[in-house]
Amino acid sequence: MAAQQGWSFRMTPIRKLLILLATICVGVSIFRLATGLGLVTNLNDEWPWGLWIGFDVLTGVALAGGGYFTAIIVHVLHRDQFHPIARGAMLTSLLGYLLVLAGLFLDVGQWFNFWRPFVSWGHTSVLFEVFWCISCYTTVQVLEFGEIFTERVGKKWHNAFKAAMPVLMIIGIIFPTLHQSSLGGLYLIAVHKLYPLWWSTLIPYFFLISSFFVGPAMICVESTLAGNAYNHKVPIEVLRGLGRIGGWFMLLYLVLKIYDLSNRGVWDLVFAGNLEGNLFLLEMILGVIVPIFIIFSGMSKSRSGLFIYGLLVSGGVVLNRMNVVFTGMSGTSGGSYFPSIWEWSVSIGLVSIGVLVYCFIVENFNILDHGDHHSA
Amino acid sequence: MAKGVLVDLTKCVGCGGCTVACKLWNDMKFDDNNPTVGDKAKLSGKNWTVVHAHQVKNKDGETVWRFNKQQCLHCLEPACASACFAKALQKTKDGPVIYYPHLCVGCRYCMIACPFNIPKYEWDKTFPLVSKCQMCSTKIARGEAPACVSVCPQGVFKFGERDELLKEAKAIIAKDDKYIKEIYGEKEVGGTSWMYISDIPFKDLGFKTGLGTTPLPTYSHNFLRYTPFVAVGWGIILTGLYHYTKRRNTISKETNIKG
Ligand code: SF4
Ligand code: SF4
Repeated sequence: MAAQQGWSFRMTPIRKLLILLATICVGVSIFRLATGLGLVTNLNDEWPWGLWIGFDVLTGVALAGGGYFTAIIVHVLHRDQFHPIARGAMLTSLLGYLLVLAGLFLDVGQWFNFWRPFVSWGHTSVLFEVFWCISCYTTVQVLEFGEIFTERVGKKWHNAFKAAMPVLMIIGIIFPTLHQSSLGGLYLIAVHKLYPLWWSTLIPYFFLISSFFVGPAMICVESTLAGNAYNHKVPIEVLRGLGRIGGWFMLLYLVLKIYDLSNRGVWDLVFAGNLEGNLFLLEMILGVIVPIFIIFSGMSKSRSGLFIYGLLVSGGVVLNRMNVVFTGMSGTSGGSYFPSIWEWSVSIGLVSIGVLVYCFIVENFNILDHGDHHSA
Repeated sequence: MAKGVLVDLTKCVGCGGCTVACKLWNDMKFDDNNPTVGDKAKLSGKNWTVVHAHQVKNKDGETVWRFNKQQCLHCLEPACASACFAKALQKTKDGPVIYYPHLCVGCRYCMIACPFNIPKYEWDKTFPLVSKCQMCSTKIARGEAPACVSVCPQGVFKFGERDELLKEAKAIIAKDDKYIKEIYGEKEVGGTSWMYISDIPFKDLGFKTGLGTTPLPTYSHNFLRYTPFVAVGWGIILTGLYHYTKRRNTISKETNIKG
């Protein structure tokens, strides 16, 4: 079967554009690695973390959460009806993490020193946990992909990969659980810098829960897009079922937020009418409350309803991460920062690379037509 | 024992001698964009210490000049060091919080963590490093005072054991009415090696106030200590669920077939 067919990659105008964006990104990246951060970025002493950390890393990791969400539902809870989305979700997640690593690598000043924390253990740092978990998890994900890869290349290894899957799966759920929360935990130490609407001792749990419910939302978006491009329609009931699981977690998130705001007595800040308050409201209403209504109402019976649900939830999580990195820090930073055109081009280019690789893999490996996993 | 420095802001005339001494001892270039003295003074990758000038009203309502020497405060429980995931920042027994460039990855998390916004970055270099006051740790190791401290013509600083300096500071502000009854650095985020006394509220001199007395590493610690339990516990739960649901599915399939 697969071995007979050659490698294929369709060329379309959009893909040509993506290739162009990717090439620019690679060029800027090389320039940045050779000249430092000052020429390429607008970062400064008041804004040591900018677009690359905020979008590429913090947001990227959250959006890539679909992988572990699916792994729990499909491979641990054995909800077999959700099988059709499993491989697609995990592939997106793997690519997401590889891009996160690329973004991180570009952002650190002493990039040839990136391996230091493997030997010089700053274990009191939350970043240490993030670093280890992301490295290990990406490795696990690559190994998990080995099961798919060996269906086509290096077939004699296939059974070994297949046998290792259950163990890999479970390890591959523990790591993201830890680091999704520790990405929020990074800000625990910024207690006097992050605006009180976002700073809370509960921030790790908010990051964790939102990374979990953004999983099904991303799957709704991704399968709609992939569905149009590849004529691979995931049954609505499957998507809706997943979305509802997400919905319950969004309810949990909402309740926890309300409890937390009351507990810390900061409700007045929510309605203060300033930038922070308004963006917080936007994040909560459009990103959490409205989607909860959609998913538990009849609107989620249609593909477009699910697509909007997915967009709102993912957008809400992106806004939340951006608020933590930018809005919430701007009050105390003193300086100003807006990403340079080069920073944008790298971030956009990395996403383009991700899309291109996704298309290539989907067209050459058994990702989407995967309802009948057991007979494969 | 841990050393410290007591700064009496009422004595400073803003000459900036300390900032020059810092440049000379640490072999640092002058920073054309950021002066070390005056109202535009700014810490940078090249300025480890600066003297800010502030025009303020004193208790009697007169306008006076006051100067605030800024540098790393060498916290007793430094947020920067606890945040560094490569141990490139470390607190020594003597008191200084030292930076080890060869360990640094350049993630700049220390800059996010420091409540006083002290660490700066060499943005213009290809391989930039974090940059901050080292409290002249090599001098302190020999029992000498930091370079800035030893050159001050006004006797603004006192170098010694932190505990003793604290006692002394308390005695000074208790005896003399002109001082506000507060020692900056005594308890801020758990206490710092550098401590200040002043006749003008610290807030008016550009000090970060309202930082509380909890050492910032506590927040991370309270979160991180659960990690091992979460990892192991979650692993056990997942493995259990894996086998349970798998078996449940098999059983239901078998009954389906039989039925
Ligand atoms: S003042 Fe900032 S840089 Fe200096 S020891 Fe404290 S946390 Fe570290
Ligand atoms: S920039 Fe360097 S010193 Fe600062 S936290 Fe990162 S690795 Fe540590």
